[in-house]
Amino acid sequence: MSKFGLITKGIIKENPTFVLVLGMCPTLGTTTSAINGLGMGLATTFVLILSNMVISAIAGLIPGKVRIPCYIVVIAAFVTVLQLVMQAYVPDLYATLGLFIPLIVVNCIVLGRAEAFANKNSIFDSALDGIGIGLGFACSLTVIGFIREILGGLAVFGHKFADADGALAFVLAPGAFLVLGYLMVLFNKLKAKN
Amino acid sequence: MEYLIIIISAVFVNNILLSQFLGVCPFLGVSNKVSTATGMSAAVCFVVAIATLVSYLVQYYILVPLDITFMQTISFILVIAALVQMVEIILKKVSPALYQALGIFLPLITTNCVVLGVAINVVSKEFAFGGPAHMLNLGESVVYALSCAIGYGLAMIIFAGLREQLDLASVPKSFKGVPIALITAGILAMAFMGFSGLV
Amino acid sequence: MARESNFTNMVVTLFAVCLLASAVVGVVYAVTKDPIAATELAKTNAAIGEVVPEFNNAPADEVMDVDGVKVYPAVMNGEPVGYAVEASSAKGFGGTIKIMVGFATDGTIKGISVLSHSETPGLGAKIDDPAGIRVQFCGKNPDADGFKMIVKKDGGDVDAITASTISSRAFCDAVTNAYNTFKSVAPAAPAVEDVEEVLPATDSLEVK
Repeated sequence: MSKFGLITKGIIKENPTFVLVLGMCPTLGTTTSAINGLGMGLATTFVLILSNMVISAIAGLIPGKVRIPCYIVVIAAFVTVLQLVMQAYVPDLYATLGLFIPLIVVNCIVLGRAEAFANKNSIFDSALDGIGIGLGFACSLTVIGFIREILGGLAVFGHKFADADGALAFVLAPGAFLVLGYLMVLFNKLKAKN
Repeated sequence: MEYLIIIISAVFVNNILLSQFLGVCPFLGVSNKVSTATGMSAAVCFVVAIATLVSYLVQYYILVPLDITFMQTISFILVIAALVQMVEIILKKVSPALYQALGIFLPLITTNCVVLGVAINVVSKEFAFGGPAHMLNLGESVVYALSCAIGYGLAMIIFAGLREQLDLASVPKSFKGVPIALITAGILAMAFMGFSGLV
Repeated sequence: MARESNFTNMVVTLFAVCLLASAVVGVVYAVTKDPIAATELAKTNAAIGEVVPEFNNAPADEVMDVDGVKVYPAVMNGEPVGYAVEASSAKGFGGTIKIMVGFATDGTIKGISVLSHSETPGLGAKIDDPAGIRVQFCGKNPDADGFKMIVKKDGGDVDAITASTISSRAFCDAVTNAYNTFKSVAPAAPAVEDVEEVLPATDSLEVK
């Protein structure tokens, strides 16, 4: 696959949310607005790029039987670094995303890429793969957040376009499931056409 | 009385799956049949209760005294991973029947965010449960963790029942599989919203 | 690719990975420790500045602990001008509501700022709206004006947020807690009685 292909595949072809159906918890839990979705997507991308690179570098040194615990420790270390940095420089976003930041550790996308890609490819390719999948994840989260914000809060990126209450259900739990479900239907339809 | 409030609030009102979105991946993955959903739920209850107990002890007897609470995420996930391995080994030796029933779900549980999520929640949030807000003590933590897991199991078993019926229905092609499951989950979440304000 | 596994190399690798990971996290912790503390201080100072009259001391350095509640005194040229009280209520719909309430020295509420809450977005979360429920409290003196910090539904003077009575009640409860703490610092007037005791049970049922 070309270097460019590594970066773009995550957006449509191997989209982690709509095609691979991975990392559903943050996808549903943090997308109450476009900004929150984008923030969560970028936070995951950060961990994904770094953990992919380190795991690709050390994969040859790790005995096969303990590779999963080792990967988890590497990922957990980067998640903690992310937590500390966010606390220091973007405390408001950190407070909003809350529990879902430490839970990046158990996001199956991150461990999945380590196992499926990073441990058998070069450091550079693994970094590109991290960027690609991460961006795909960030895009999907932003789109879901964007739609929920419009329907539920009558706002676009925090700017209200009408002075009224939206359909609140879309900001609450049921709306998360419904919006994601219908987006997936749309995605399937478009894919079937091509 | 307080324990009753903890149980009702964690099982119904703040259902960990349908209102806090923890553990959605295994929820979609193993909820095709009621029998597998039941097995998974039982395994989750088991691991969540023990993991919360151990991580509570790690937090208050290791991390806090040493002033290294920033190591929370790393130490909790290691505790959980080791615990799941240990439970698997012990179960295999002590109760092969139970191992047969739960065994295949155990490796999946390390990456189930319910376990880590509940463990972190218990030591980092104040809970009120009708009285003044306070950090949970050991007993309350375990009861809370177990209630969360029961709520998770309840939602998953109800959902598996719905999906078994859904398999018999004729669903449009683009809705097949995950999309229709998500939409059903949305309606189920709406039903659980009816419990809000109960405690 | 992956190496053969034997007991020694498994233990050594796991140990080394954990050690390295802890070292990296430790270094980042040391580097971010001060910025995190600074950010938190800035947040507290911003909330204090929002709710009390102008001051020129450093309230965060002179914080008083009153039964676990933080009280920040605001002083202008050596003259006390007010207090900011960091109070909370656990009666919120989604959990604890933390607010900062500013009082003038005579007990008049000067301003309220919401520090953290987990109320429902679009409903109870409106307690965080700067032009929302908090405006009703500003400029009021609970004792001197006889302003009852209870929602109208329960016989008080506060208009609750539409469809969010529980969040509104909790907000009133938090302000009342702040006021009572303020009283114990500046003991000029008696404390307001707790909501439950003020509330006559049959009041709301009477036909007016």
